[in-house]
Amino acid sequence: MNQIVAITMPKFGLSMTEGKIASWARPEGTKIAVGDEIADIETTKITNAYESPVAGVLRRHVAHEQEDLPVGALIAVVADPAVPDAEIDAFVERFRAEFATRAPEAEAAAPEPRTVEVHGRPMRYLELGAEHEERPIVLIHGFGGDLNNWLFVQPGLAERNRVIALDLPGHGGSGRQVGAGDLGTLSAAVAGLLDSIDVPKAHLVGHSLGAAVALRTALDRPAHVASVTLVCPAGLGTEIDEAFTQDFITASRRKQLEPVLAKLFVDAGLVSRDMMEDLLRFKRLDGAREALTAIQNANFAGGQREVLRGRLGELGDIPVQVIWGAEDRIIPPQQAEGLPAGVAVHVLPGAGHMPHMEKAADVSRLIQAFVARAM
Amino acid sequence: MQLNHEELRRAYRTMRLIRDFEERLHLEFATGEIPGFVHLYAGEEASAVGVCMHLTDKDSIASTHRGHGHCIAKGCDTDAMMKEIYGRKEGLCGGKGGSMHIADLSKGMLGANGIVGGGPPLICGAALTAKVLQTGGVAVAFYGDGASNQGTTLESLNLAKVWDLPAIFVCEDNGYAESTSSSYAVAGSQIERARGFGIPAEEVDGFDFFAVHDAARTAIERARAGGGPSMIHVRLSRYYGHFEGDGMTYRGAGEVEALRAKEDCLKRFRTRVTEAALLPAAELDEIDRAAADQIESAVQNAKKAKPPTEADLLTDAYVAY
Amino acid sequence: MSRKSFRQAINEALRQEMRRDPRVVIMGEDVAGGAGSPGEDDAWGGVLGVTKGLVGEFGRQRVLDTPLSESAYVGAAAGAAATGLRPVAELMFVDFIGVCFDQIFNQAAKFRYMFGGHAVTPMVVRTMYGAGFRAASQHSQCLYPIVTHIPGLKVVIPSSAYEAKGLLIQAIRDDDPVIFFENKVQYDQEEEVPDDPYTIPFGEANLTREGDDLTIVAFGRMVQVANEAADRLARDGISCNVVDPRTTSPLDTGTILDCVADTGRLVIVDEASPRCNMATDVSALVAQEAFDALKAPIRMVCPPHVPVPFAPNLEDLYVPNADRVEAAVRAVMRHQGR
Ligand SMILES: Cc1ncc(C[n+]2csc(CCOP(=O)(O)OP(=O)(O)O)c2C)c(N)n1
Repeated sequence: MNQIVAITMPKFGLSMTEGKIASWARPEGTKIAVGDEIADIETTKITNAYESPVAGVLRRHVAHEQEDLPVGALIAVVADPAVPDAEIDAFVERFRAEFATRAPEAEAAAPEPRTVEVHGRPMRYLELGAEHEERPIVLIHGFGGDLNNWLFVQPGLAERNRVIALDLPGHGGSGRQVGAGDLGTLSAAVAGLLDSIDVPKAHLVGHSLGAAVALRTALDRPAHVASVTLVCPAGLGTEIDEAFTQDFITASRRKQLEPVLAKLFVDAGLVSRDMMEDLLRFKRLDGAREALTAIQNANFAGGQREVLRGRLGELGDIPVQVIWGAEDRIIPPQQAEGLPAGVAVHVLPGAGHMPHMEKAADVSRLIQAFVARAM
Repeated sequence: MQLNHEELRRAYRTMRLIRDFEERLHLEFATGEIPGFVHLYAGEEASAVGVCMHLTDKDSIASTHRGHGHCIAKGCDTDAMMKEIYGRKEGLCGGKGGSMHIADLSKGMLGANGIVGGGPPLICGAALTAKVLQTGGVAVAFYGDGASNQGTTLESLNLAKVWDLPAIFVCEDNGYAESTSSSYAVAGSQIERARGFGIPAEEVDGFDFFAVHDAARTAIERARAGGGPSMIHVRLSRYYGHFEGDGMTYRGAGEVEALRAKEDCLKRFRTRVTEAALLPAAELDEIDRAAADQIESAVQNAKKAKPPTEADLLTDAYVAY
Repeated sequence: MSRKSFRQAINEALRQEMRRDPRVVIMGEDVAGGAGSPGEDDAWGGVLGVTKGLVGEFGRQRVLDTPLSESAYVGAAAGAAATGLRPVAELMFVDFIGVCFDQIFNQAAKFRYMFGGHAVTPMVVRTMYGAGFRAASQHSQCLYPIVTHIPGLKVVIPSSAYEAKGLLIQAIRDDDPVIFFENKVQYDQEEEVPDDPYTIPFGEANLTREGDDLTIVAFGRMVQVANEAADRLARDGISCNVVDPRTTSPLDTGTILDCVADTGRLVIVDEASPRCNMATDVSALVAQEAFDALKAPIRMVCPPHVPVPFAPNLEDLYVPNADRVEAAVRAVMRHQGR
């Protein structure tokens, strides 16, 4: 096989326009399989392990470590050992020349989040993979997050499914009135959004507070839910690090926010300037603090207020899986123990409370496989 | 009093020079070569010239941001002015002031001014100097209708009267301060304001050189004779925007075109002197040509001239430091 | 969220606050423009178009074109603020503050203290500052040190469009008199600015760059100049903190001192005239509070002690630029201790 295959700078999330290879995980000349981690790619938001989309011999590191490159730029070349170096040189040349001329179009085509009115309040969501017939996947972020939390997961899932990441009330680009702010209100908003964008039935994936919202939605409207994936979920026990949610609300500077966010990850180095800056900018918006406070009080004051563990049985044949970071410091992974037999539990080593960022590839694979089975 | 032949020529030549200077700047500004803010005086020439014809170098004037006309009328060199506007070392102020700060103290020109209402108090001071040193000089403050609303202007009217100074306040009312109409922003009347301070005041048609010239003579003679301050309210108009780049959307449709057609001090002057056979048209045409040449060479010389040097940045802030 | 210019950010802040609070009024010369004139209403929207469109939404009751009488209308803003409005007065160029300074520093600034804490004077004076516009000596100054000197005033100098919107909304909601500086050279600069209203608290500095070797404190537009220098230096392995204090009064001394404690070296970039400006103020602070942390003498990058010249080549020499900041940083880095 004499084919030469390009590996290009991936796009993690909507706002990523460029990235750099923090370090190559595989040297030139090694044989790689699909899914092998070949490099750590750093964006202004976060660093992420990048898995090869192709198999073959990693012939060339085109990108140097620490070199800023636009999304879509050539970073590596995979080809059979038989292909002469000169041909690879020519391929790189050709790719670069073509890339220089077509780059702007790719940019223009980037999908934008949309906003709809739900019960008179704006809700923002981002839809990828709209062309797929398959039942959609709906991604629900946790407390203080937004749809961008799924940046490493959503594009990959969207290769086979329609995937909708939404902003809960009080978060991201959704309105900042949250009413009572409890699970009932939040899941009613999610249901309202799905109704208004014509999603009769979906696979729900929720993280932390968003997982409790997903679970509550499934309990309230089982006919509309195809499966439930709970990532580091709230709703399965009373214990939660309440200092985290409170400090998250009060921190007004990067310096204060940094140790708070560091609790979310095993690797505190993942807390980037931009991640903090985006959160601070969000919290400065009129009503943001009030919304977060209302949600915190309704859900976490004095421990988790609404525990749904005992109601899992009511879900009948809706499949449920749980994914947890083994080193989650916000909600203890022990809460995954003792769940009903039908619930698949995956505890991921090397991940804290944000496995969908820290172990994005694993989480994506688990969701993908689970959803495929539940189709 | 009749103006003699030479005086008539001078009046026309000075007004023509100002007009040409400003119209040329309008064109040159559009090329992007002239830095900063430029406020043009075209249309208002009769005021500066009608007043300054009565003055000599021992008399002082204070001007405004719209200062080129006052400078030329007070005898500033057009070459050096143009160089100043282009930011050249040989400019009248070494390139440090620009259009808004042109001055020539040797000619009694105390400067264009970037601060509206900055001039009238200075003129009280210049008049005080003339009075104390008994130079026989007078001082004239030119200020706009906008500036007439500044506390400094009203305080100066009062002070000039209280000290009985040889000061003349010339309010050049072109109907606008930037985009704001004087009909909105000026309460009462300019004349009554001055009279309220006990200062004799007169309103004149600023497109009529002779009317301005007459009113100025009365005021200046009064001041020289120790009769204290006077005020003249000159009604006129500007042909261009507040500054170059102003779209003038606040002006009425056809307003400027109509003005240029009907209210032009140069055309009126020409009609008056040719009809009265005081100056033949051919002589006026000759003055027009000479003025055009003078401005052309001022522009060429300014473009060729060199900017200040790095060392110039640090000089002139103090007499000694 | 979308890209907005500094000008749009200010306009949006004013518009959103006027919608939110009927007590907010704006006043100034030509803030609408065309008052009493035969042509278009809203002809100017301020001399550089910053308030354009506001009169259309809020009418001339709340968007007040003033006569050319700064002393009267700035004073009126103070009086209105003390009696229940929340005026935003525009002083076109800060150079004109001379005309109305008494109303600001003897009146508005001191009401609260003189009246034993009983007065609130929630007024904002928006004003343009800064050289680079070829506007010469009377339209180019950076007079924020003069108002910073006055107890009772708060002083804000946003460094970008995002900062401008959040800080202006904060200024309007603040109960003390605020002087808000806008750099005329920055009005067309664009960046991402949220559509919704937001506030940035006063007295909280922002670190626009983070580094270990040296701290640069810069004000207003000079923050961009400092960032540019820091980025260049970073390529040579010299990593700098850049501190944007956002407000000179209150001043976030804690962040400045923390950064100096971390880096031991300090360069201050201030476009204001070099005597008794923010650079001298910060130098004094650090010399007094963090002397032992310093590994090298402090350097100030300021214009020379002369008025702003007109000639473009002189003005370019006058205003601090990234080259000068870079040179100052290198000089400090080269310093050998005793
Ligand atoms: C103290 C002060 N306030 C405001 C300005 C801005 N400004 C410059 S010219 C002008 C209008 C002046 O109007 P007017 O006095 O009528 O003179 P005109 O421009 O009509 O000749 C204004 C508001 C200034 N330069 N100084």
